[in-house]
Amino acid sequence: MIILAQTSTEVTTAVLFYLFAAMSAGAAVAMVLSRNIVRTAVALLFTLLGVGGLYFLLDAEFLAAVQLVVYAGGTLILIIFGVMLTSKSPFSKFEPKLVEVIVAVSVASVLLVALLMAINNSMSTFGTDTQPAGTRYPVDLLGQALLGDYLVPFELSSVLLLVVMIGAAYLAKGRKHEVEAAPTPSELSRRAKTWS
Amino acid sequence: MILSQSTFLTIGLQHYLMLAAFMFVCGLLTMMVKRNAIGILMGVELVLNAANVNLVAFNKFSYATSGGQPLLTGQIFAIFVIVLAAAEASVALAIFLNYYNNFSTIDVERARSLKG
Repeated sequence: MIILAQTSTEVTTAVLFYLFAAMSAGAAVAMVLSRNIVRTAVALLFTLLGVGGLYFLLDAEFLAAVQLVVYAGGTLILIIFGVMLTSKSPFSKFEPKLVEVIVAVSVASVLLVALLMAINNSMSTFGTDTQPAGTRYPVDLLGQALLGDYLVPFELSSVLLLVVMIGAAYLAKGRKHEVEAAPTPSELSRRAKTWS
Repeated sequence: MILSQSTFLTIGLQHYLMLAAFMFVCGLLTMMVKRNAIGILMGVELVLNAANVNLVAFNKFSYATSGGQPLLTGQIFAIFVIVLAAAEASVALAIFLNYYNNFSTIDVERARSLKG
């Protein structure tokens, strides 16, 4: 009975893994193949959702929630806003040159084969021990680690976010359209007279 | 490279590493093939996600090195990667907006002003 339960858990994990993996990998392929930038963004959304599911399978529930909230909810919306702001029509297409595609595909396939061979050859050197079944990665330990051992990177990332906010606001300010100077009080009263 | 029957149903570190390698290569292809600057940015996001999958998978499957404590290093590293990815995306988008204001296009092939 216990063995049966264990096997069914294993099978469930395997089915979920293959589901999320197919979702991520298929959407990643769709990202490469799609010519339309909006479709690329939708494929990226599905990749991010699949990776979030994989985090759940890897017992990283907090990270899965962060993935869904920050990536799928924040970064992707930012990217879609970028798409909408930077194209005259969001469906404009940029076709890559054939030579570039050939070079890219050959480089990528060589890299993929090399990576898979490296993974296969070095599997024996990696640990395979997981947490004992039933124990989780508690979120409170994650918070204590962030504010304990990892306090300096945590604070540095907050400073980084502030710098990024200021820098992005400065960079995104268009240079073409100068900001109109605020009207002086006399100008305001002149306008008021014209309107009335 | 071909998984044997016994490793097909037992999901181990190898499966996650292979998936991450595939996603990494897809992200690299996206970066190389797209001419739209925002498409390149999406490729970068894909590569970062593949790296994150690796980090979290290693975090789960390295329990033996942690001395019986829950191992959190990989997860914390992944959180910082997500923070940096968000920061990188916002700065890159600001640069692209500026570029679009100056060149009226987002095609990276047209950014030749710095060429000597």
